Amino acid sequence: MMNSLRLYWRLVGVAFRCQMQYRASFVLFTIGHFLSSGMEIVSIWALFARFKSLGGWQLPEVAFFYGLINLSFALAEGIGRGFDTFSNLVKSGDFDRLLLRPRGLALQVSAPEVQFLRTGRLLQGLLVLAWAAGKLHVARSIPRVGLTLFAIVGGACLFYGLFVLQATMAFWSTETLELMNTVTYGGTETGQYPISIYKPWFRRFFTFVVPIACVTYFPALGVLGRSDAVAGSPSWFHWIAPAIGVAFLAASFRAWCFGVRHYCSTGS
Amino acid sequence: MTPYQAMFSARFRSLLQYRAAAIAGFCTQIFWGLIRMMIFSAFYAGVQEPMPMDLRQVIAYVWLGQAFFTMIPLRPDRDVEGLIRSGNVAYEMLRPVDQYNLWYSRAIATCLAPMSLRAVPILLISLVAGWLYWPGWLPLAGCAVSMLAAALLSAAFCTLLTITMFWTISGRGIMVIASILAYTLSGIMIPLPFFPDSMQWLLNALPFRGLIDVPFRICTGSIAAGQVPMEIASQLAWTAVLVLAGRMLLARSVRRVVVQGG
Repeated sequence: MMNSLRLYWRLVGVAFRCQMQYRASFVLFTIGHFLSSGMEIVSIWALFARFKSLGGWQLPEVAFFYGLINLSFALAEGIGRGFDTFSNLVKSGDFDRLLLRPRGLALQVSAPEVQFLRTGRLLQGLLVLAWAAGKLHVARSIPRVGLTLFAIVGGACLFYGLFVLQATMAFWSTETLELMNTVTYGGTETGQYPISIYKPWFRRFFTFVVPIACVTYFPALGVLGRSDAVAGSPSWFHWIAPAIGVAFLAASFRAWCFGVRHYCSTGS
Repeated sequence: MTPYQAMFSARFRSLLQYRAAAIAGFCTQIFWGLIRMMIFSAFYAGVQEPMPMDLRQVIAYVWLGQAFFTMIPLRPDRDVEGLIRSGNVAYEMLRPVDQYNLWYSRAIATCLAPMSLRAVPILLISLVAGWLYWPGWLPLAGCAVSMLAAALLSAAFCTLLTITMFWTISGRGIMVIASILAYTLSGIMIPLPFFPDSMQWLLNALPFRGLIDVPFRICTGSIAAGQVPMEIASQLAWTAVLVLAGRMLLARSVRRVVVQGG
């Protein structure tokens, strides 16, 4: 176990040094990523300037949602990119080589592909979250900060789990993967707003099937000290909801292991 | 068939091959359209002040956006980018055809082919679901002409981006900048009238609104019929400016380009 962890860090270090070889490109790409993901918050700001409020929510609160989900997604995207692009390994048959090595598969898939280029979205989410924290009329306390961090970690686990599921699907088909974008990128878009504004079927989908609400809406209710107006969930639940994101990741890895056992190579 | 028509039809047909991608893309578009429609409906639910567009128009705008989002020139032509990087562009230059027209025909096909695959089913579904409404013959005709002008404009953008490859070699940086500008200022993220009134003059002065905002607002009736000819003229004028700029840039780059190899 310790051995694997050390290996993981070494591989990540290699990836880091490798991506830093093109420093100017790295800086430019980070700025570009920062700006392009930042345009989203500009349009949210413009809408709030026109409409003033959204179903009883104000801009700072929506900015808080926005910060949470973008941080989670940026973390998952950076760490889990190996699973995101896993179908290429299957298509080219390179996965066979990983199977031959006496090391964990998840480690081999994820570590070399860790991306530092996603820092742009991360920074942007962090900035928006900080701005929201300054604007919100909520007393800052250690439990609330803790719950915010818990939500970000839970969200990162959830998105990571989605990438792992996408990789699992690649064992059977490499054609339908774009559909997963609806729950990864689409999930990010959805989670930028309180889930209470959506239609009931849509809310249920993002609560029970892909539990985005558990890593944004419920913990945010806990942090903001609001009660759940649409589903009436108890307030103790708001404080433990992000754990469901972690459980989702665990379940996704189980599915992945199942997929690995049924893997048939593409051939020579 | 002129070489330009041939280039157009070859590119068009090769892009039609990606049908599996189109189906997956179709589902993704529908999903995103639903999200955005729900967000706008929620915004409108609690509003008292008059808005620049009514909800029906915004929903139609959102679905038109889902159908025609490939109108936005995101990137330089990938194949030509490869040619320039590898130096094979020298062969292109030897051909007895006009370089700009050749790339421009490719760009029009790149813009129209995915559209014909994706737009038709999405338009049909939104019509059946009642998200789009019948705009009347006159706005529809205006919209069709304006959409065509938008395609010409978009292709002019694309070709210009492609030509800048002679200077930058890697298309990544320019792609990021172009996509930020085009996404925000064309209206695909939110309809342009929703930006603050103090910014409207700037949006009107830029060419990006001709890609999305103008044809969609003609179709939804948010631009009055009397203004339609002026708007289309402005789209075409911007196209002319970008084509001229592209031609000048190409002429300069051809003079200074150095191709390596034996």
